[in-house]
Amino acid sequence: MRRPSRRRVSEMALSEAEVRHVARLARLDLSDDDVAELAPQLSQILEYAEQVGEVAADDVEPMVHPFPVTNVMRDDHPAASLPRDEVLSQAPDAREDRFAVPRIVAEDA
Amino acid sequence: MTSDLLTDTAAGLAARMAAREVSAREVVDAHLDRIEATDGDGTSDTDVHAFLTVVADTARRHADDVDQRRVTGRDLGPLAGVPLALKDLFTMRGAPTTVGSRILEGWVPPYDATVTEKLRAADVIVLGKTNMDEFAMGSSTENSAYGPTRNPWDLGRVPGGSSGGSAAAVAALQAPLSLGTDTGGSIRQPAALCGLVGSKPTYGAVSRYGMVAFASSLDQAGPFARSVTDAALLQSVIQGHDPRDSTSIDPVRVGRDLPDLLADLDAGVEGLTIGVVTELQGEGYEPGVLAAFEDSLRRFEALGATVVEASIPHASYGLPAYYLVAPSEASSNLARFDGVRYGLRVDAPTAEEMNAATRGAGFGPEVRRRIMIGTHALSSGYYDAFYNQASRVRRLIANDFATAFEQVDVLVSPTSPSVAFPLGDKTDDPLAMYLNDVATVPASLAGVPAVSVPNGRGAEGLPTGLQVMGPLLGDDRCFRVARALEADLGLDPVPSGANAVAPA
Repeated sequence: MRRPSRRRVSEMALSEAEVRHVARLARLDLSDDDVAELAPQLSQILEYAEQVGEVAADDVEPMVHPFPVTNVMRDDHPAASLPRDEVLSQAPDAREDRFAVPRIVAEDA
Repeated sequence: MTSDLLTDTAAGLAARMAAREVSAREVVDAHLDRIEATDGDGTSDTDVHAFLTVVADTARRHADDVDQRRVTGRDLGPLAGVPLALKDLFTMRGAPTTVGSRILEGWVPPYDATVTEKLRAADVIVLGKTNMDEFAMGSSTENSAYGPTRNPWDLGRVPGGSSGGSAAAVAALQAPLSLGTDTGGSIRQPAALCGLVGSKPTYGAVSRYGMVAFASSLDQAGPFARSVTDAALLQSVIQGHDPRDSTSIDPVRVGRDLPDLLADLDAGVEGLTIGVVTELQGEGYEPGVLAAFEDSLRRFEALGATVVEASIPHASYGLPAYYLVAPSEASSNLARFDGVRYGLRVDAPTAEEMNAATRGAGFGPEVRRRIMIGTHALSSGYYDAFYNQASRVRRLIANDFATAFEQVDVLVSPTSPSVAFPLGDKTDDPLAMYLNDVATVPASLAGVPAVSVPNGRGAEGLPTGLQVMGPLLGDDRCFRVARALEADLGLDPVPSGANAVAPA
């Protein structure tokens, strides 16, 4: 089993600023402590994962699925959906038969 | 009488119920009592803590219903009345589904998974929902937001993961059967660590409808049992095409039927060629694991199989490829947990701030790490070097398997590089935890079926497992080879040892 040395610094290392950027993309609130802990952990994992670049040239077709699949369409017939009240009863906030969320558009937009 | 109900196989219990020697209600009550006596809530270091929810009343009602229908002479299925523990990742009406996460705490799904429907149609009786690593991300069940599960062979050790609750329930005699899910080894590794049979079917053989998604191109449901026959019986019940899962194998489109898992189960290995994967042994595997593996190879030869060396040349790239592909798919799948439609919400002034606050509070450390790795690997500028490149490596590994299966009937390796390790041993080192999956991820990436079968005892007298991998839709062959080894070894699946769960 191969495993990289913890001391080796890879060009794939993530800075704390990059960790904050990725967290924003992922809609994930992180504390300063979280960021400080994640930066070296993620760098280490990415450095390990970087090995995939050692093999498989561009002419290898990426495989995204074990079987060659095509889109599957169902017949266009109406069918019962889940009971609305039961679904909405599981939401953190629901009003007027809808999911309710805080303000989406900024007030001064 | 009661202890005998607990140690019997699913097939044995089904036969005794069919002969009216015992009722489904008696069988279910015996197992509910066993759960009561051994499971606890995870606060004591003698609690197995396999279950997050026990649905005792529902299970008893279902058992009474089975017994009544049996009296009226109705034709019941081969596992009718047999109790089962269900991983808390399959939706089931009337009980919470948490996926081991705070973010879904309290969610009661409004629909049944296809697997849950199939169990009910077969009159398999669900006792409850089992503990797991949060969102199936982990190899020890220590990433559960609801506390760890303990290994019935040694309550100071992990049961493996992510389906550790399902494995521990069967090993602790709380249920003869359970279902787990396997994305990179989450059935096979805990099966090995708990001395059980565990199967990851061919990708697409079992419907994913109603499974909370982790990595959609890898996730597959499968059985745990204390015998190969029981595992094959349960997999027969849950497999089959489902129009609600577009990746489910449609025999009409593929031009091949799903395998009959029982017809040749006891046919033995005489005349079969068994390939030993060169790359999945040696350095990094414990001596006791390797000794048990060598013993299994000698047994296969003595049973009439031809044992040859085989190669999956890119196997060592499986783990790095897996830890890009799986987090990438996870980061996409877990975007749905946004505090809007179900589960947790942490209030904030705007919707976007609410999304981020909810996700920051609701996801545990390992889930956050994987979302971050996946988001990074899919982001602009890194997509080709990480996600696309990992998918190319995946193709090479799948090609390696296809080439190997031109020469051999099955491939074998140790299932896990180690026996069960102590709780807390690897929780501070994510990469060390990932290395548990080194032998199981290649088959996951290729989509091929693989069965883990107990093959001896390693360090501290703890169970070891042998992995049998077959070609796509060759699940029957995996079970057949596993059955031959099981019959030859005759191991007792009931936990033993100084720190084992209390005897039944």
